[in-house]
Amino acid sequence: MAREAVIVGVGDVPLKDGKVVGGGSVLQVQARAAKAAMDDAGIAMRHVDGLLVAGLWGVPGPGQLPSVTLGEYLGIFPRFADTTNIGGSAFEAHVAHAAMAIEAGYCDVALIVYGSMQKSERSRTLGGRPSILTMQFENVWGIPQPVGGYALATMRHMHEHGTTPEQLAEIAVATRKWASLNPAATMRDPISIDDVMKSTPISDPLKLLDCCLVTDGAGAVVMTTAENAKAHGCRSINIRGYGEAHTHWSIGAMPDLARLTAAEMSGKAAFEMAGITHDAIDVVECYDSFTTTVLLTLEALGFCERGAGGKFVANQRTAPGGEFPLNTNGGGLSYCHPGMYGIFLLIEAVRQLRGESGERQVKGAKTALVHGTGGTLSSGSTVILANH
Amino acid sequence: MSENATYEKPVPVIDPGTKPFWDATREHRLSIPRCRSCGKHHFYPRELCPHCHSADLEWTDVSGKGEIYSYTIARKPAGPVFAADVPYVIAMIALDEGPRMLTNIVTADVEAVRIGDRVTVHFDDVTPEITLPKFTLDKA
Repeated sequence: MAREAVIVGVGDVPLKDGKVVGGGSVLQVQARAAKAAMDDAGIAMRHVDGLLVAGLWGVPGPGQLPSVTLGEYLGIFPRFADTTNIGGSAFEAHVAHAAMAIEAGYCDVALIVYGSMQKSERSRTLGGRPSILTMQFENVWGIPQPVGGYALATMRHMHEHGTTPEQLAEIAVATRKWASLNPAATMRDPISIDDVMKSTPISDPLKLLDCCLVTDGAGAVVMTTAENAKAHGCRSINIRGYGEAHTHWSIGAMPDLARLTAAEMSGKAAFEMAGITHDAIDVVECYDSFTTTVLLTLEALGFCERGAGGKFVANQRTAPGGEFPLNTNGGGLSYCHPGMYGIFLLIEAVRQLRGESGERQVKGAKTALVHGTGGTLSSGSTVILANH
Repeated sequence: MSENATYEKPVPVIDPGTKPFWDATREHRLSIPRCRSCGKHHFYPRELCPHCHSADLEWTDVSGKGEIYSYTIARKPAGPVFAADVPYVIAMIALDEGPRMLTNIVTADVEAVRIGDRVTVHFDDVTPEITLPKFTLDKA
Protein backbone atom coordinates (compact mmCIF):
# COMPACT_ATOMS: atom_id res chain seq x y z
CA MET A 1 0.00 0.00 0.00
CA ALA A 2 1.28 3.48 -0.84
CA ARG A 3 2.47 5.56 2.08
CA GLU A 4 0.41 8.69 2.72
CA ALA A 5 1.75 11.55 4.88
CA VAL A 6 -0.56 13.18 7.44
CA ILE A 7 -0.24 15.83 10.14
CA VAL A 8 -0.73 14.32 13.60
CA GLY A 9 0.48 16.90 16.10
CA VAL A 10 0.84 20.63 16.65
CA GLY A 11 2.24 22.57 19.57
CA ASP A 12 3.29 26.04 20.66
CA VAL A 13 4.34 27.90 23.80
CA PRO A 14 2.29 30.41 25.78
CA LEU A 15 3.04 34.14 25.39
CA LYS A 16 2.31 37.08 27.64
CA ASP A 17 2.65 40.59 26.23
CA GLY A 18 4.40 39.03 23.26
CA LYS A 19 7.07 37.32 25.33
CA VAL A 20 7.43 33.60 26.05
CA VAL A 21 6.04 32.94 29.52
CA GLY A 22 8.92 32.01 31.82
CA GLY A 23 11.50 33.13 29.25
CA GLY A 24 14.20 30.84 27.92
CA SER A 25 16.83 30.50 25.24
CA VAL A 26 15.85 29.99 21.61
CA LEU A 27 16.75 26.30 22.02
CA GLN A 28 14.67 25.87 25.17
CA VAL A 29 11.53 27.34 23.63
CA GLN A 30 11.87 25.16 20.53
CA ALA A 31 12.24 22.08 22.73
CA ARG A 32 9.08 23.06 24.63
CA ALA A 33 7.11 23.53 21.41
CA ALA A 34 8.47 20.25 20.03
CA LYS A 35 7.43 18.38 23.17
CA ALA A 36 3.97 19.93 23.07
CA ALA A 37 3.53 18.80 19.46
CA MET A 38 4.84 15.26 20.15
CA ASP A 39 2.55 14.98 23.18
CA ASP A 40 -0.33 16.22 21.02
CA ALA A 41 0.47 13.48 18.50
CA GLY A 42 0.95 10.84 21.19
CA ILE A 43 4.22 9.75 19.61
CA ALA A 44 7.48 9.59 21.60
CA MET A 45 10.31 11.95 20.62
CA ARG A 46 12.67 8.97 20.11
CA HIS A 47 10.65 8.02 17.02
CA VAL A 48 11.45 11.30 15.23
CA ASP A 49 13.70 10.50 12.27
CA GLY A 50 13.05 13.60 10.15
CA LEU A 51 13.84 17.13 11.36
CA LEU A 52 12.86 20.31 9.49
CA VAL A 53 14.11 23.65 10.82
CA ALA A 54 14.34 27.20 9.49
CA GLY A 55 15.86 29.43 12.09
CA LEU A 56 17.36 32.88 11.91
CA TRP A 57 18.36 32.28 15.51
CA GLY A 58 21.87 31.97 16.85
CA VAL A 59 23.63 33.24 13.73
CA PRO A 60 26.61 32.98 13.51
CA GLY A 61 27.69 29.70 15.02
CA PRO A 62 24.97 27.25 16.06
CA GLY A 63 22.34 28.97 13.92
CA GLN A 64 24.27 28.29 10.74
CA LEU A 65 23.46 24.57 10.90
CA PRO A 66 20.13 24.74 12.69
CA SER A 67 18.88 21.18 12.22
CA VAL A 68 22.24 19.76 13.34
CA THR A 69 22.16 21.95 16.44
CA LEU A 70 18.52 21.31 17.27
CA GLY A 71 18.83 17.55 16.67
CA GLU A 72 21.65 17.44 19.17
CA TYR A 73 19.69 19.55 21.66
CA LEU A 74 16.62 17.30 21.37
CA GLY A 75 18.72 14.13 21.59
CA ILE A 76 17.62 12.69 18.26
CA PHE A 77 19.56 11.36 15.24
CA PRO A 78 17.49 12.27 12.16
CA ARG A 79 18.05 10.38 8.90
CA PHE A 80 16.22 13.11 6.98
CA ALA A 81 16.92 16.83 7.50
CA ASP A 82 15.63 19.91 5.71
CA THR A 83 16.74 23.43 6.57
CA THR A 84 15.05 25.08 3.61
CA ASN A 85 14.80 28.73 4.51
CA ILE A 86 12.72 30.81 2.12
CA GLY A 87 11.56 33.15 4.88
CA GLY A 88 8.33 33.01 6.85
CA SER A 89 6.82 30.64 4.29
CA ALA A 90 9.47 28.00 5.00
CA PHE A 91 7.20 25.89 7.18
CA GLU A 92 4.54 25.38 4.53
CA ALA A 93 7.37 24.23 2.26
CA HIS A 94 8.57 21.96 5.09
CA VAL A 95 5.15 20.26 5.17
CA ALA A 96 5.50 19.59 1.46
CA HIS A 97 9.07 18.36 1.78
CA ALA A 98 8.23 16.17 4.79
CA ALA A 99 5.27 14.70 2.90
CA MET A 100 7.56 13.83 -0.02
CA ALA A 101 10.18 12.34 2.32
CA ILE A 102 7.63 10.32 4.31
CA GLU A 103 5.89 9.04 1.19
CA ALA A 104 9.23 8.09 -0.37
CA GLY A 105 10.29 6.24 2.78
CA TYR A 106 13.12 8.60 3.81
CA CYS A 107 11.59 9.01 7.25
CA ASP A 108 8.60 7.86 9.28
CA VAL A 109 8.07 10.66 11.79
CA ALA A 110 8.92 14.25 10.79
CA LEU A 111 9.16 17.14 13.23
CA ILE A 112 9.00 20.76 11.98
CA VAL A 113 10.14 23.30 14.58
CA TYR A 114 10.62 27.05 14.84
CA GLY A 115 11.30 29.44 17.67
CA SER A 116 12.42 33.02 18.20
CA MET A 117 13.06 35.15 21.28
CA GLN A 118 13.38 38.37 19.25
CA LYS A 119 11.17 40.45 21.54
CA SER A 120 12.76 39.31 24.81
CA GLU A 121 16.23 39.69 23.30
CA ARG A 122 15.37 43.02 21.56
CA SER A 123 17.14 41.73 18.47
CA ARG A 124 14.79 43.17 15.81
CA THR A 125 15.65 46.42 14.07
CA LEU A 126 14.60 48.20 10.89
CA GLY A 127 18.18 48.58 9.72
CA GLY A 128 21.51 46.97 10.34
CA ARG A 129 21.67 44.44 7.53
CA PRO A 130 25.18 44.48 6.05
CA SER A 131 25.53 46.14 2.65
CA ILE A 132 27.06 43.12 0.95
CA LEU A 133 26.26 41.27 -2.29
CA THR A 134 22.70 42.16 -3.39
CA MET A 135 22.14 44.38 -0.36
CA GLN A 136 24.70 46.96 -1.52
CA PHE A 137 22.00 48.16 -3.91
CA GLU A 138 19.24 48.30 -1.28
CA ASN A 139 20.15 49.42 2.20
CA VAL A 140 22.45 52.30 1.24
CA TRP A 141 19.18 54.18 0.55
CA GLY A 142 17.93 53.83 4.11
CA ILE A 143 15.00 51.60 3.20
CA PRO A 144 13.42 50.37 6.45
CA GLN A 145 13.62 46.56 6.26
CA PRO A 146 11.39 44.82 5.52
CA VAL A 147 8.49 47.30 5.74
CA GLY A 148 9.89 49.59 3.02
CA GLY A 149 9.69 46.90 0.36
CA TYR A 150 6.08 46.12 1.27
CA ALA A 151 5.35 49.85 1.22
CA LEU A 152 6.71 50.13 -2.35
CA ALA A 153 4.46 47.24 -3.41
CA THR A 154 1.45 48.78 -1.70
CA MET A 155 2.01 52.16 -3.34
CA ARG A 156 2.20 50.52 -6.77
CA HIS A 157 -0.96 48.48 -6.13
CA MET A 158 -2.79 51.67 -5.14
CA HIS A 159 -1.53 53.39 -8.29
CA GLU A 160 -2.60 50.59 -10.63
CA HIS A 161 -5.85 49.51 -8.99
CA GLY A 162 -7.08 52.39 -6.86
CA THR A 163 -6.70 50.42 -3.63
CA THR A 164 -7.17 52.68 -0.60
CA PRO A 165 -5.55 52.78 2.86
CA GLU A 166 -9.05 52.30 4.32
CA GLN A 167 -9.41 49.02 2.43
CA LEU A 168 -6.11 47.82 3.88
CA ALA A 169 -7.30 48.90 7.32
CA GLU A 170 -10.32 46.59 6.95
CA ILE A 171 -7.90 43.68 7.15
CA ALA A 172 -6.27 44.93 10.36
CA VAL A 173 -9.66 45.53 11.98
CA ALA A 174 -11.09 42.13 11.00
CA THR A 175 -7.95 40.32 12.12
CA ARG A 176 -8.10 42.06 15.50
CA LYS A 177 -11.68 40.82 15.92
CA TRP A 178 -10.43 37.24 15.50
CA ALA A 179 -7.66 37.93 18.02
CA SER A 180 -10.24 39.15 20.52
CA LEU A 181 -11.68 35.61 20.39
CA ASN A 182 -8.28 33.98 20.97
CA PRO A 183 -7.09 33.99 24.59
CA ALA A 184 -3.52 33.31 23.39
CA ALA A 185 -3.38 36.44 21.20
CA THR A 186 -1.09 39.33 22.12
CA MET A 187 -3.33 42.24 21.02
CA ARG A 188 -7.02 41.66 21.78
CA ASP A 189 -8.60 45.10 22.22
CA PRO A 190 -10.87 46.03 19.30
CA ILE A 191 -9.66 48.65 16.83
CA SER A 192 -11.49 50.72 14.22
CA ILE A 193 -10.64 51.75 10.67
CA ASP A 194 -10.02 55.21 12.08
CA ASP A 195 -7.56 53.80 14.65
CA VAL A 196 -5.57 52.21 11.83
CA MET A 197 -5.67 55.37 9.73
CA LYS A 198 -4.46 57.48 12.67
CA SER A 199 -1.76 55.06 13.83
CA THR A 200 1.89 56.12 13.55
CA PRO A 201 3.08 56.42 9.94
CA ILE A 202 6.02 54.06 9.31
CA SER A 203 6.73 53.94 5.58
CA ASP A 204 4.03 55.47 3.37
CA PRO A 205 1.36 54.28 2.89
CA LEU A 206 1.88 51.71 5.68
CA LYS A 207 1.15 52.71 9.26
CA LEU A 208 1.83 50.96 12.53
CA LEU A 209 -1.45 49.02 12.54
CA ASP A 210 -0.80 47.81 8.98
CA CYS A 211 2.28 46.03 10.33
CA CYS A 212 2.59 42.72 12.14
CA LEU A 213 3.64 42.52 15.74
CA VAL A 214 7.17 41.89 16.92
CA THR A 215 6.93 39.04 19.45
CA ASP A 216 8.63 35.90 20.66
CA GLY A 217 7.15 32.55 19.82
CA ALA A 218 7.77 28.88 19.13
CA GLY A 219 5.76 26.25 17.33
CA ALA A 220 6.04 22.72 16.02
CA VAL A 221 4.21 20.33 13.70
CA VAL A 222 4.49 16.51 13.62
CA MET A 223 3.85 14.40 10.53
CA THR A 224 3.88 10.67 9.93
CA THR A 225 2.28 8.04 7.70
CA ALA A 226 -1.47 7.48 7.80
CA GLU A 227 -0.73 3.90 8.81
CA ASN A 228 1.49 4.94 11.72
CA ALA A 229 -1.06 7.58 12.75
CA LYS A 230 -3.73 4.90 12.96
CA ALA A 231 -1.46 2.64 15.04
CA HIS A 232 -0.86 5.48 17.52
CA GLY A 233 -4.51 6.54 17.61
CA CYS A 234 -3.66 10.03 16.26
CA ARG A 235 -6.22 12.54 14.98
CA SER A 236 -4.93 12.89 11.44
CA ILE A 237 -5.21 15.88 9.14
CA ASN A 238 -4.79 15.07 5.47
CA ILE A 239 -2.54 16.97 3.09
CA ARG A 240 -4.42 17.47 -0.16
CA GLY A 241 -2.03 19.65 -2.09
CA TYR A 242 1.00 21.86 -1.92
CA GLY A 243 3.21 24.15 -3.97
CA GLU A 244 6.06 26.59 -3.51
CA ALA A 245 7.94 29.25 -5.48
CA HIS A 246 10.25 32.19 -5.06
CA THR A 247 10.94 35.03 -7.44
CA HIS A 248 13.43 37.50 -5.92
CA TRP A 249 15.22 38.61 -2.78
CA SER A 250 15.90 42.29 -3.51
CA ILE A 251 12.71 44.32 -3.79
CA GLY A 252 14.27 45.89 -6.91
CA ALA A 253 14.12 42.46 -8.57
CA MET A 254 10.45 41.71 -7.82
CA PRO A 255 8.95 40.95 -11.24
CA ASP A 256 5.80 43.06 -10.70
CA LEU A 257 5.33 45.06 -7.51
CA ALA A 258 1.53 45.00 -7.75
CA ARG A 259 1.36 41.24 -8.19
CA LEU A 260 2.47 38.37 -5.98
CA THR A 261 3.93 36.05 -8.58
CA ALA A 262 5.26 33.49 -6.07
CA ALA A 263 1.79 32.96 -4.59
CA GLU A 264 0.26 32.70 -8.05
CA MET A 265 2.67 29.85 -8.79
CA SER A 266 2.41 28.00 -5.47
CA GLY A 267 -1.36 28.39 -5.22
CA LYS A 268 -1.94 27.05 -8.71
CA ALA A 269 0.22 24.01 -7.96
CA ALA A 270 -1.55 23.31 -4.67
CA PHE A 271 -5.06 23.60 -6.14
CA GLU A 272 -4.10 21.36 -9.06
CA MET A 273 -2.69 18.69 -6.75
CA ALA A 274 -5.74 18.88 -4.48
CA GLY A 275 -8.09 18.70 -7.45
CA ILE A 276 -10.47 21.17 -5.86
CA THR A 277 -11.68 24.72 -6.55
CA HIS A 278 -11.83 27.79 -4.32
CA ASP A 279 -15.41 27.19 -3.20
CA ALA A 280 -14.27 24.02 -1.40
CA ILE A 281 -12.10 26.07 1.01
CA ASP A 282 -13.80 26.73 4.36
CA VAL A 283 -11.07 28.71 6.10
CA VAL A 284 -7.91 30.50 4.94
CA GLU A 285 -4.80 31.09 7.03
CA CYS A 286 -2.61 33.47 5.06
CA TYR A 287 0.58 35.24 6.03
CA ASP A 288 -0.10 38.78 7.21
CA SER A 289 3.26 40.41 7.75
CA PHE A 290 1.46 43.54 6.59
CA THR A 291 -2.15 44.21 5.60
CA THR A 292 -0.98 44.52 2.03
CA THR A 293 0.49 41.00 2.12
CA VAL A 294 -3.03 39.64 2.65
CA LEU A 295 -4.51 41.71 -0.15
CA LEU A 296 -1.87 40.64 -2.66
CA THR A 297 -2.12 37.00 -1.56
CA LEU A 298 -5.91 36.76 -1.91
CA GLU A 299 -5.59 38.09 -5.45
CA ALA A 300 -2.68 35.84 -6.32
CA LEU A 301 -4.38 32.71 -5.01
CA GLY A 302 -7.40 33.55 -7.15
CA PHE A 303 -9.98 34.22 -4.43
CA CYS A 304 -10.68 37.45 -6.31
CA GLU A 305 -9.60 39.10 -9.54
CA ARG A 306 -6.24 40.80 -9.73
CA GLY A 307 -6.65 44.35 -8.47
CA ALA A 308 -9.96 43.59 -6.73
CA GLY A 309 -8.47 42.72 -3.33
CA GLY A 310 -9.46 46.05 -1.79
CA LYS A 311 -13.13 45.57 -2.68
CA PHE A 312 -12.97 41.90 -1.67
CA VAL A 313 -11.98 42.62 1.95
CA ALA A 314 -14.40 45.56 2.35
CA ASN A 315 -17.23 45.57 4.89
CA GLN A 316 -15.39 43.23 7.27
CA ARG A 317 -15.82 40.27 4.95
CA THR A 318 -12.88 38.43 6.60
CA ALA A 319 -14.00 39.08 10.21
CA PRO A 320 -15.74 36.59 12.53
CA GLY A 321 -19.22 36.06 11.11
CA GLY A 322 -18.12 37.30 7.69
CA GLU A 323 -18.37 35.13 4.62
CA PHE A 324 -14.60 34.61 4.27
CA PRO A 325 -13.02 33.43 7.57
CA LEU A 326 -9.38 34.52 7.42
CA ASN A 327 -6.54 34.36 9.93
CA THR A 328 -8.75 33.03 12.67
CA ASN A 329 -6.11 33.10 15.42
CA GLY A 330 -5.60 36.85 15.03
CA GLY A 331 -2.70 36.48 12.61
CA GLY A 332 0.70 38.07 12.65
CA LEU A 333 -1.09 41.40 12.95
CA SER A 334 -2.61 40.65 16.37
CA TYR A 335 -1.74 37.14 17.65
CA CYS A 336 2.04 36.88 17.38
CA HIS A 337 4.86 37.34 14.89
CA PRO A 338 8.20 35.93 15.97
CA GLY A 339 10.19 36.84 12.86
CA MET A 340 9.04 33.91 10.75
CA TYR A 341 5.35 33.32 11.38
CA GLY A 342 4.40 30.59 8.90
CA ILE A 343 4.35 27.70 11.37
CA PHE A 344 1.48 29.33 13.27
CA LEU A 345 -0.66 29.36 10.12
CA LEU A 346 -0.35 25.57 10.01
CA ILE A 347 -1.03 25.15 13.71
CA GLU A 348 -4.21 27.24 13.51
CA ALA A 349 -5.45 25.45 10.39
CA VAL A 350 -5.00 22.07 12.11
CA ARG A 351 -6.85 23.28 15.20
CA GLN A 352 -9.69 24.62 13.06
CA LEU A 353 -9.96 21.35 11.15
CA ARG A 354 -10.03 19.41 14.42
CA GLY A 355 -12.76 21.68 15.74
CA GLU A 356 -10.77 22.75 18.79
CA SER A 357 -10.58 26.50 18.25
CA GLY A 358 -13.13 27.42 20.92
CA GLU A 359 -14.91 30.75 20.47
CA ARG A 360 -13.20 31.40 17.15
CA GLN A 361 -14.07 28.00 15.65
CA VAL A 362 -15.30 28.17 12.05
CA LYS A 363 -18.29 25.86 12.20
CA GLY A 364 -18.00 22.78 10.08
CA ALA A 365 -14.56 23.65 8.66
CA LYS A 366 -13.49 20.68 6.56
CA THR A 367 -10.87 22.12 4.21
CA ALA A 368 -8.29 24.81 4.95
CA LEU A 369 -5.86 26.68 2.75
CA VAL A 370 -2.60 27.78 4.35
CA HIS A 371 -0.34 30.22 2.54
CA GLY A 372 3.02 31.51 3.71
CA THR A 373 4.90 34.49 2.31
CA GLY A 374 8.59 35.04 3.03
CA GLY A 375 11.29 37.64 2.51
CA THR A 376 10.03 40.82 0.87
CA LEU A 377 7.11 39.25 -0.99
CA SER A 378 9.87 36.92 -2.18
CA SER A 379 8.58 33.42 -1.63
CA GLY A 380 5.24 31.69 -1.42
CA SER A 381 4.21 28.27 -0.29
CA THR A 382 0.70 26.90 -0.16
CA VAL A 383 -0.70 23.85 1.61
CA ILE A 384 -4.28 22.61 1.37
CA LEU A 385 -5.37 20.55 4.39
CA ALA A 386 -8.55 18.58 5.06
CA ASN A 387 -10.09 16.59 7.89
CA HIS A 388 -11.79 14.12 5.55
CA MET B 1 27.63 67.41 -2.84
CA SER B 2 27.72 66.03 0.63
CA GLU B 3 31.32 64.84 0.63
CA ASN B 4 32.04 64.12 4.22
CA ALA B 5 34.82 62.18 5.91
CA THR B 6 32.48 61.15 8.69
CA TYR B 7 29.70 59.65 6.57
CA GLU B 8 28.06 57.15 8.94
CA LYS B 9 25.32 55.64 6.79
CA PRO B 10 25.79 52.23 5.18
CA VAL B 11 28.09 52.24 2.17
CA PRO B 12 28.24 49.45 -0.39
CA VAL B 13 30.71 46.66 0.29
CA ILE B 14 32.04 46.58 -3.26
CA ASP B 15 32.90 43.17 -4.72
CA PRO B 16 34.51 42.15 -8.05
CA GLY B 17 31.09 41.78 -9.69
CA THR B 18 29.95 45.27 -8.77
CA LYS B 19 33.21 47.25 -8.93
CA PRO B 20 32.67 48.58 -12.48
CA PHE B 21 29.32 50.05 -11.42
CA TRP B 22 30.74 51.86 -8.41
CA ASP B 23 33.90 52.91 -10.33
CA ALA B 24 31.59 54.56 -12.88
CA THR B 25 29.42 56.36 -10.34
CA ARG B 26 32.59 57.81 -8.80
CA GLU B 27 33.22 59.31 -12.24
CA HIS B 28 29.59 60.48 -12.36
CA ARG B 29 28.59 57.96 -14.99
CA LEU B 30 25.71 55.51 -14.66
CA SER B 31 26.94 52.26 -16.18
CA ILE B 32 25.03 48.97 -16.13
CA PRO B 33 25.40 45.64 -17.92
CA ARG B 34 23.83 45.01 -21.30
CA CYS B 35 23.54 41.58 -22.87
CA ARG B 36 25.09 41.24 -26.34
CA SER B 37 22.98 38.16 -26.92
CA CYS B 38 19.43 39.42 -26.21
CA GLY B 39 20.19 43.15 -26.18
CA LYS B 40 18.56 43.81 -22.81
CA HIS B 41 20.06 45.80 -19.97
CA HIS B 42 19.89 44.57 -16.41
CA PHE B 43 20.46 45.86 -12.91
CA TYR B 44 21.95 45.07 -10.38
CA PRO B 45 24.98 43.67 -12.23
CA ARG B 46 25.14 39.89 -12.61
CA GLU B 47 27.51 37.35 -14.09
CA LEU B 48 24.81 35.97 -16.40
CA CYS B 49 22.03 37.89 -18.14
CA PRO B 50 18.91 37.31 -15.98
CA HIS B 51 16.74 37.50 -19.11
CA CYS B 52 18.44 34.96 -21.42
CA HIS B 53 21.26 33.60 -19.20
CA SER B 54 23.99 34.48 -21.66
CA ALA B 55 27.44 35.30 -20.26
CA ASP B 56 28.12 37.70 -23.15
CA LEU B 57 27.69 40.98 -21.28
CA GLU B 58 29.12 44.47 -21.67
CA TRP B 59 29.12 47.52 -19.41
CA THR B 60 27.25 50.38 -21.03
CA ASP B 61 26.72 53.95 -19.94
CA VAL B 62 23.00 54.72 -19.74
CA SER B 63 21.05 57.97 -19.90
CA GLY B 64 20.39 58.40 -16.19
CA LYS B 65 16.79 59.19 -17.12
CA GLY B 66 13.70 57.34 -16.08
CA GLU B 67 10.44 57.51 -14.18
CA ILE B 68 9.26 56.65 -10.72
CA TYR B 69 7.76 53.13 -10.75
CA SER B 70 6.99 53.24 -7.03
CA TYR B 71 8.14 55.07 -3.92
CA THR B 72 7.70 55.27 -0.18
CA ILE B 73 8.28 58.08 2.28
CA ALA B 74 10.16 56.77 5.30
CA ARG B 75 8.48 58.28 8.37
CA LYS B 76 10.64 56.12 10.63
CA PRO B 77 14.34 55.80 9.83
CA ALA B 78 16.13 52.60 8.86
CA GLY B 79 18.27 52.84 11.96
CA PRO B 80 19.63 55.81 13.92
CA VAL B 81 22.00 56.98 11.17
CA PHE B 82 19.03 57.93 8.98
CA ALA B 83 17.06 59.61 11.79
CA ALA B 84 18.04 63.17 10.84
CA ASP B 85 16.76 62.64 7.26
CA VAL B 86 13.15 61.70 8.15
CA PRO B 87 10.95 62.08 6.17
CA TYR B 88 12.89 60.89 3.12
CA VAL B 89 11.95 59.25 -0.15
CA ILE B 90 13.04 55.80 -1.28
CA ALA B 91 11.98 55.26 -4.87
CA MET B 92 12.17 52.53 -7.43
CA ILE B 93 13.09 54.06 -10.77
CA ALA B 94 12.28 52.42 -14.09
CA LEU B 95 15.27 53.49 -16.16
CA ASP B 96 14.52 54.40 -19.77
CA GLU B 97 16.73 51.47 -20.75
CA GLY B 98 14.40 49.07 -18.86
CA PRO B 99 15.84 47.94 -15.54
CA ARG B 100 14.55 49.13 -12.19
CA MET B 101 16.82 50.67 -9.61
CA LEU B 102 16.22 51.52 -5.97
CA THR B 103 17.40 54.99 -4.97
CA ASN B 104 16.60 58.16 -3.07
CA ILE B 105 14.79 61.15 -4.53
CA VAL B 106 16.62 64.34 -3.58
CA THR B 107 13.87 66.90 -3.02
CA ALA B 108 12.89 69.62 -0.59
CA ASP B 109 9.25 68.54 -0.85
CA VAL B 110 8.79 64.82 -0.25
CA GLU B 111 5.01 65.16 -0.41
CA ALA B 112 5.17 66.22 -4.08
CA VAL B 113 6.65 62.93 -5.31
CA ARG B 114 4.33 60.79 -7.48
CA ILE B 115 4.49 57.54 -9.41
CA GLY B 116 5.19 58.34 -13.05
CA ASP B 117 7.28 61.44 -12.33
CA ARG B 118 10.24 61.82 -14.68
CA VAL B 119 13.61 61.80 -12.93
CA THR B 120 17.30 62.33 -13.68
CA VAL B 121 20.31 60.86 -11.93
CA HIS B 122 22.08 63.06 -9.39
CA PHE B 123 25.47 61.84 -8.18
CA ASP B 124 26.12 62.26 -4.48
CA ASP B 125 29.80 61.92 -3.48
CA VAL B 126 29.23 60.67 0.04
CA THR B 127 32.87 59.70 0.65
CA PRO B 128 36.04 60.06 -1.45
CA GLU B 129 35.56 56.42 -2.54
CA ILE B 130 31.79 56.15 -2.82
CA THR B 131 29.33 58.04 -5.01
CA LEU B 132 25.66 57.14 -4.70
CA PRO B 133 23.41 57.59 -7.77
CA LYS B 134 20.39 59.43 -6.39
CA PHE B 135 17.71 61.05 -8.54
CA THR B 136 15.95 64.41 -8.78
CA LEU B 137 12.51 65.25 -10.14
CA ASP B 138 12.50 66.81 -13.63
CA LYS B 139 9.35 68.80 -12.78
CA ALA B 140 11.04 70.71 -9.95
